Amino acid sequence: MADYYNDEDLARFGEIAKSNPDLFRKFMAWYEASFTPGLLTKREKVLVGVAVAHAVQCPYCIDAYTKACLEEGMSMEHIAEAVHAASAIRGGASLIHAIQAQNAADKISL
Amino acid sequence: MSISTAFHDKLNGACTVPLQAHGLEVLQVNLGYRCNMECRHCHVNAGPDRKEIMSSENIDRVIDIVSGNGISTLDITGGAPELHPEFTRLVREAMTAGCHVIVRCNLTVLLEPGMEHLFEFYADFPVEIVASFPYYREADLDRMRGAGSFAKSIRVMKRLNQMGYGVPGSGRVLNLVYNPGGAFLPASQCSLEAEFKNALEKHDIVFSRLLSLVNMPIGRFRDFLVRTNNYDAYVKRLADAFNPDTLAGVMCRQIVSVAWDGRLFDCDFNQMLDMPIEPPYPGRLEDFDYDMLANRRIIVGNHCFGCTAGQGSSCGGAID
Ligand code: SF4
Ligand code: SF4
Repeated sequence: MADYYNDEDLARFGEIAKSNPDLFRKFMAWYEASFTPGLLTKREKVLVGVAVAHAVQCPYCIDAYTKACLEEGMSMEHIAEAVHAASAIRGGASLIHAIQAQNAADKISL
Repeated sequence: MSISTAFHDKLNGACTVPLQAHGLEVLQVNLGYRCNMECRHCHVNAGPDRKEIMSSENIDRVIDIVSGNGISTLDITGGAPELHPEFTRLVREAMTAGCHVIVRCNLTVLLEPGMEHLFEFYADFPVEIVASFPYYREADLDRMRGAGSFAKSIRVMKRLNQMGYGVPGSGRVLNLVYNPGGAFLPASQCSLEAEFKNALEKHDIVFSRLLSLVNMPIGRFRDFLVRTNNYDAYVKRLADAFNPDTLAGVMCRQIVSVAWDGRLFDCDFNQMLDMPIEPPYPGRLEDFDYDMLANRRIIVGNHCFGCTAGQGSSCGGAID
């Protein structure tokens, strides 16, 4: 098996419509509406995009949203700050579960 | 991958006539390709070793043309135009003839040995300074222009501010030029300007306007695109972002570009690609004919996608 992730595959995203055009069309409409500037600017939205892309570790989204951030005039320093913020949430989300462990331990401990 | 739709096709789809000049307000003169810097994004391939330089005879012709025609603005570029030994003569005589003069300045040249007189000169002859300052973060700017460039640019801008350049109400203009630090399109000029103003305020620097330019796939920037395997994707990105609304404002419709050797071009980019104005329109300074040039047919190519992508790009910044 060759590589699972190929950068050329990003441009093939539309092919996913083949197996279920209706759901794909609905997804795209929702996706585009979500990234249309509203109370948040386009710049803020692509920054959310790049942060989430790292949190969910999607190489396609990291590629696309890094470019989008640069095209919004941001630098690697901006992106790094956003990724740290996303990673801090990820780390914190793991860490808070230590309370679950504590609760579980308390429940069965003398 | 190759771009499927050439600029000619897009142009034919967008208008019924070929791209034509619409008057002639600005003479853009390239004094030569010598520069104290070697920026990675340079479409001119300028640098300290370039020898091309405009002759005194051609400078005289430029002065004659801007003194006696309907041209209101002389836009001086290079390389670093200040390195030309007759730069101050050209500016002085053009301004004395009533011409508005723009100088495309890289800022750092004012700190070069032997160039100290320029501050005093710019104090006496208030040109419009259009200064290349591609980003407000030191690491990014230095990566594009060379180590130490950011700090030098800040020093020069502070001196220019002290002379009134960029200060509101002074009448002295200091515009900055942003261009992307790689193979991507620029952000909206308006939002970038606010960000640059905010960032430079922390250095106690003010400026008039920010002009946002697209990197042209020409010269050293093209070499970068090819070397890093980004060329096809970048040109496709420009072509996909084609915006027909920008066609009315592309700079070639208002300017003629003069090369260091006196040849005439539709713009500085055509100059670098060696695509001169073609007969029956005059191709050299000595044959300059205002009326013919003001109504000439423009020579276009796929590089024109650089001027027509997204918000568009001209020597005056975004178009749309
Ligand atoms: S971009 Fe401007 S300052 Fe930089 S090398 Fe080219 S001419 Fe010189
Ligand atoms: S590159 Fe731009 S300015 Fe030059 S001819 Fe093409 S559209 Fe006009």
